[in-house]
Amino acid sequence: MEFLRNIATEYQTVFYLFTVLFFIFGLKLLTSARTARKGNWLSAFGMTVAVVATLLYKGIISYELIIIGGILASIAGVLSAYLVDMRAIPQFVAILNGFGGGVSALVAIVEFLKGKLPPNVEKLPFDETTKSMYFHAAVSLDMFVGTITFWGSMVAFAKLQKLITERPIVLPAKNLVNFLLLVGIIVCGVLLTLNPSNLTYMFGILILSSLLGLSLTLAVGGADMPVVISLFISYAGLSAGTLGFVFLNHGLIMVGALVGASGLILTRIMAKSMNRDFYGILLGNITPPEMAKVQDDRSFYQGKVKSTTPEEVAMILDSANSVAIVPGYGLAVAQAQGAVRDLYNELTKDGKEVYFAIHPVAGRMPGHMNVLLAEVDIPYDKLKTLEESNELLPDTDVAIVVGANDVVNPLAREAKDSPIYGMPILDVDKSKTVIVIKRSLAPGFAGIPNPLFINENSLMLFADAKPGLTEIVREYKELKS
Amino acid sequence: MDPIIAAIILFVLALVIGFEVITKVPPILHTPLVVASHAMASIMVVSAIEVTGTATNLLTTILAVAALIMGTVNVVGGYFIADRMLAMFKSDKKKKQ
Repeated sequence: MEFLRNIATEYQTVFYLFTVLFFIFGLKLLTSARTARKGNWLSAFGMTVAVVATLLYKGIISYELIIIGGILASIAGVLSAYLVDMRAIPQFVAILNGFGGGVSALVAIVEFLKGKLPPNVEKLPFDETTKSMYFHAAVSLDMFVGTITFWGSMVAFAKLQKLITERPIVLPAKNLVNFLLLVGIIVCGVLLTLNPSNLTYMFGILILSSLLGLSLTLAVGGADMPVVISLFISYAGLSAGTLGFVFLNHGLIMVGALVGASGLILTRIMAKSMNRDFYGILLGNITPPEMAKVQDDRSFYQGKVKSTTPEEVAMILDSANSVAIVPGYGLAVAQAQGAVRDLYNELTKDGKEVYFAIHPVAGRMPGHMNVLLAEVDIPYDKLKTLEESNELLPDTDVAIVVGANDVVNPLAREAKDSPIYGMPILDVDKSKTVIVIKRSLAPGFAGIPNPLFINENSLMLFADAKPGLTEIVREYKELKS
Repeated sequence: MDPIIAAIILFVLALVIGFEVITKVPPILHTPLVVASHAMASIMVVSAIEVTGTATNLLTTILAVAALIMGTVNVVGGYFIADRMLAMFKSDKKKKQ
């Protein structure tokens, strides 16, 4: 035992290297749905290596609290993982992310209050003042990143859970306030680095970072949540990385960078699919650009809309060979996944080619719609990305749009003055017939009318997603019997 | 080599590897990827374990245990929910067997 503890203490970095390797191979397996499950467990195994190596670490003197806390929290983790509703995954992720930030900030506070340098920092070949300055600069940075992640995530959770309004709450002179807060945090950080015995600066950093975290996320509306959540993964990675610099722990530094990269990539993808400036988002500017004036809906649609009935839709579907289903978050809200699955099953039974055209921002976080559809047993090879769908749509007989609006609006391609101009959309209007299931002609998040609804080849079925789809399935079955 | 410089180099190299590996994850798996990477970021729990095991007074002990609990929920919850989601992704062929 003593021998193992010596190894774990002396060769800490080697153990973490194994962990990082398991993480990288785990992520590599996550690139295919076939191997993803294995990849996840491989990465969990890597985590176990890191935890065991830490438990063996010599500096640890008491195990009681670690064991009790660890067991209780593990039970809570497993239970929550199996009880959470798949529609609530975005909230769940927001909470987890907040916890990550919380861990990072709390550990930094504890290390700071101990008033002793961590062993790895103590070993640095510098004089005492330099070592202390390095440590306190790292602690300040970590408190900042951890706190902002914690409060930002809590706001995102509250918005997604509808505890507070989903609409953006923007402070007057938002940018100036945020800038001043940031300056205040930097000043406190520098003062703490130069004068580590003064607790005031620590409280300064914690309070100002909390305010900045709140101000940044309160300003974000519900439709922008996919961007926020991607950005938060990046923050979580950053908090792990900065904590790594506090302890000079190479494992944390490497994992922090890995996760930080994953968040940045997703943020870039989401920013592109929502037509937002990626660099603006990184600087905290997540609120959408000024919207163009909303056109008068009634005169836009007057007399040009062709509405249809479930019976007619069933007949159209009967004569179609290929069908695209375009789901939006409205489908999930209406809990219509089951009805969509029934329709999918009926159509494929007759040998029709059915696929799902999924826009990257359908749902509340990157890839959320795919999970919701997988939950009702839609095979993953039928879930098509934006690019794949746009290749297939011109040759598709019928496209059924359920609960999606802005992501199928042709104005994004044509109207230079529209707020969604340049946003990549699903080219639904290019398929032979379009059926839109929608309750009314109300505009989507962008607040603009949709010319798709008055297209030559479009038919509107005014209904709630769930009863509408159920009715279509019933009519279709009747037609077949 | 200066240990701090070494740490920065590691950080940048890991960032590059992260970009390389993660850009290959297809959009259908983005949600499980998010959850799994959260679980990975929670490797911070090792620091929480360390400070809990070395805490000296009541205040630091309370803060450390709070960090330990949050970190553990994160790791365990993250991996299990990622697994639950990934188990739902089935291909057409597998279903017919």
